[in-house]
Amino acid sequence: MKIAVCVKQVPDTWAEKKLTDADRTLDRESADGVMNELDEYAVEEALLLTEASGGEVVAVSMGPDKAEETVRKALQMGADSGIHIVDDSLHGSDAIATSLVLSKVLADKGFDLIIFGSESTDARMSVVPAMVAERLGVPQMTFANKVEVAGETLKIQRQTEYGYDEVESSTPAVVSVVEKINEPRYPSFKGIMAAKKKPIETVTVADAGVDAGQVGLAAAWSQVDQFSERPPKAAGVKIEDDGSGGVKIAEYLSEQKFI
Amino acid sequence: MDPFGSPERIALADTVRGFTQDHIAPHMDTWEQAGEIPLALQRAAAATGILGVGFPEDVGGSGGDTVDMTVIIEQILAGGGTGGVVAAMLTHGIATPHIVDEARRRRAAGDRVGADRLLDRFVRPVLAGTAVASLAVTEPDGGSDVANLRTRAVRDGDEVVITGAKTYITSATRADHVVLAARTGEAGAAGVSLIVVPTDTPGFTVARRLDKMGWRCSDTAELSLTDVRVPADNVLGFEQGFASLARHFVTERLTLAVTGYATGQRCLDLTTEWTRDRTTFGKPLASRQVVRHTLAEMHRQVDVARVYARDVAARHAAGEEVTLRALLAKQTGVAAGEFAADRAVQLFGGAGYMTGTEVERHYRDVRILGIGGGATEVMTDLATRLMGL
Ligand SMILES: Cc1cc2nc3c(=O)[nH]c(=O)nc-3n(C[C@H](O)[C@H](O)[C@H](O)COP(=O)(O)OP(=O)(O)OC[C@H]3O[C@@H](n4cnc5c(N)ncnc54)[C@H](O)[C@@H]3O)c2cc1C
Ligand SMILES: Cc1cc2nc3c(=O)[nH]c(=O)nc-3n(C[C@H](O)[C@H](O)[C@H](O)COP(=O)(O)OP(=O)(O)OC[C@H]3O[C@@H](n4cnc5c(N)ncnc54)[C@H](O)[C@@H]3O)c2cc1C
Repeated sequence: MKIAVCVKQVPDTWAEKKLTDADRTLDRESADGVMNELDEYAVEEALLLTEASGGEVVAVSMGPDKAEETVRKALQMGADSGIHIVDDSLHGSDAIATSLVLSKVLADKGFDLIIFGSESTDARMSVVPAMVAERLGVPQMTFANKVEVAGETLKIQRQTEYGYDEVESSTPAVVSVVEKINEPRYPSFKGIMAAKKKPIETVTVADAGVDAGQVGLAAAWSQVDQFSERPPKAAGVKIEDDGSGGVKIAEYLSEQKFI
Repeated sequence: MDPFGSPERIALADTVRGFTQDHIAPHMDTWEQAGEIPLALQRAAAATGILGVGFPEDVGGSGGDTVDMTVIIEQILAGGGTGGVVAAMLTHGIATPHIVDEARRRRAAGDRVGADRLLDRFVRPVLAGTAVASLAVTEPDGGSDVANLRTRAVRDGDEVVITGAKTYITSATRADHVVLAARTGEAGAAGVSLIVVPTDTPGFTVARRLDKMGWRCSDTAELSLTDVRVPADNVLGFEQGFASLARHFVTERLTLAVTGYATGQRCLDLTTEWTRDRTTFGKPLASRQVVRHTLAEMHRQVDVARVYARDVAARHAAGEEVTLRALLAKQTGVAAGEFAADRAVQLFGGAGYMTGTEVERHYRDVRILGIGGGATEVMTDLATRLMGL
């Protein structure tokens, strides 16, 4: 089985995220970059599937130079090779452009599965997997908490608010995973050493066959005109309990429309 | 280039810190109460390659050197582990190298079968986390004076027969085998051999599980040996024991040096946060100059110890002879850890004295570092000799 895993570099989950003043995009320099947490689950699932029945895992990331670290992390976990899509024209790309570039790079490479995390911690759009599936014209098997492949049949459990749906499709297909699906491994010492020698192919927008005018900030379908800092936390309301505390709390909650 | 700053070392640090946060820190209280760590931890650590670091791949290890070992211990402490976990989980670090050395000697001498016998039975399972090894040198009559140990091993045909007692032996209540120092020859250092003794051998008993001030998640045993018969093949070179122990003191001392300053760093981090949050007399503790100076002094001692020990580790990895520097690193690292843990408890106030507060545990754990692996005074004595005084 040949599996592509799409991994995104995001600012460290615990770091304060900032927008740049220059063009109001996310300041990716100010915080340490890490692999988007859900993408670790995607890598793990790809590794589990190929460890069970053989095959190959290719980690794919679109992002600035620094994003190579995230491809490398996937290789340290056990992926066989990487593709890093890096190009100045990509800066500021929205989900539509991202899905265009990814689908161009992923098309016609014989992948049986393309696995994504179901959402990134920085943009939280949760649409790229669906868009890539649509562009490639393959089934989208999103929000999976369990994945099984038998021959050319793919079965997943799609996580829903109250339980899960069982969904079946043919391969090739796009899968996105939720965190219930597995427990991502830490790169082992051997994995870290082995990753030094694994190949990462660098791909530009032109290599992908995409017109630079279709990507980047200027081509984005939405635009940030201005932004402001979140207001500092207000002091809060203190209720002294003189016997009527319960009632006052209920009044407060109902004023705030919590109840 | 800073050998600690390579992408691989940074990735290793992330792995070990994450592993510690997930698999160690949440269980510390339980393990301290149980008086030991579970074998499952050993297996999980082996899966990440942590147990195999420092051992070559051809004996079942993961490769790597003293610098990698340093990174691992630093991050176990940074992730919320303790000196006790380091001692318990990595006990094989002081036991197994002696077996590996003998296996390599046998290989070099053309005895592949004899080498593999040792490796398959006593090395690979330990590095895979399915068996536990201890090093048993110290005796009730004395630990510092290794050359005069009294446990005797007498050759009888294809076997040696061992009688004696050992004490304060880390992980030995759980161990599958111990690498035991015994006298096979004349008096003094030249008569000592190391022998692998499986713990299920008749006559070998754990006389007592010892209770202690710190390292409470690390079991410590008193051992009794009465006419314990093991194959002479288990002797890791007749009368080669003292030389083998001396050869590996450098890594043991570096390990203790790192445990010392890494404990200090963790105490500093916890105390910095605490003094920002805690208010006395209407102001945060961290606003008082005397408190800030204390934090600065903790940082000074820890950082000086770290930079020195890391340098010695890098030199050792590069093949330099560092016997004197390694023991200075140990003294400096231990002193920094002791100072920082003591100040941390002080600045935590009453909370710092309470069981369950992390700095309280470090305060107790750090105390052994200046006693084991060569007591501080013995180290200083050795330093004077190495200085040619
Ligand atoms: C928790 C724990 C775990 C241990 N794990 C192991 C283990 O796994 N394997 C093992 O073999 N041993 C182990 N030990 C034993 C440890 O190595 C010894 O305790 C140590 O070597 C000191 O020996 P001793 O306790 O017999 O003290 P002694 O040798 O009696 O020395 C007592 C003290 O006297 C001082 N001193 C000694 N000699 C001199 C001198 N020449 N000049 C000046 N002062 C001196 C030092 O302050 C020393 O601390 C462990 C000990 C502890 C507490
Ligand atoms: C075993 C035990 C028994 C106790 N028994 C009793 C008892 O019977 N009755 C009772 O009332 N209390 C008791 N206490 C509480 C004890 O009196 C307090 O722990 C002590 O007063 C310190 O207060 P704290 O723990 O709140 O520390 P904090 O007041 O928070 O101070 C923490 C640390 O900050 C530093 N610090 C504090 N203020 C300053 C400053 N202005 N400038 C510089 N440094 C500062 C000190 O190092 C101090 O140790 C007991 C505590 C323990 C541990």
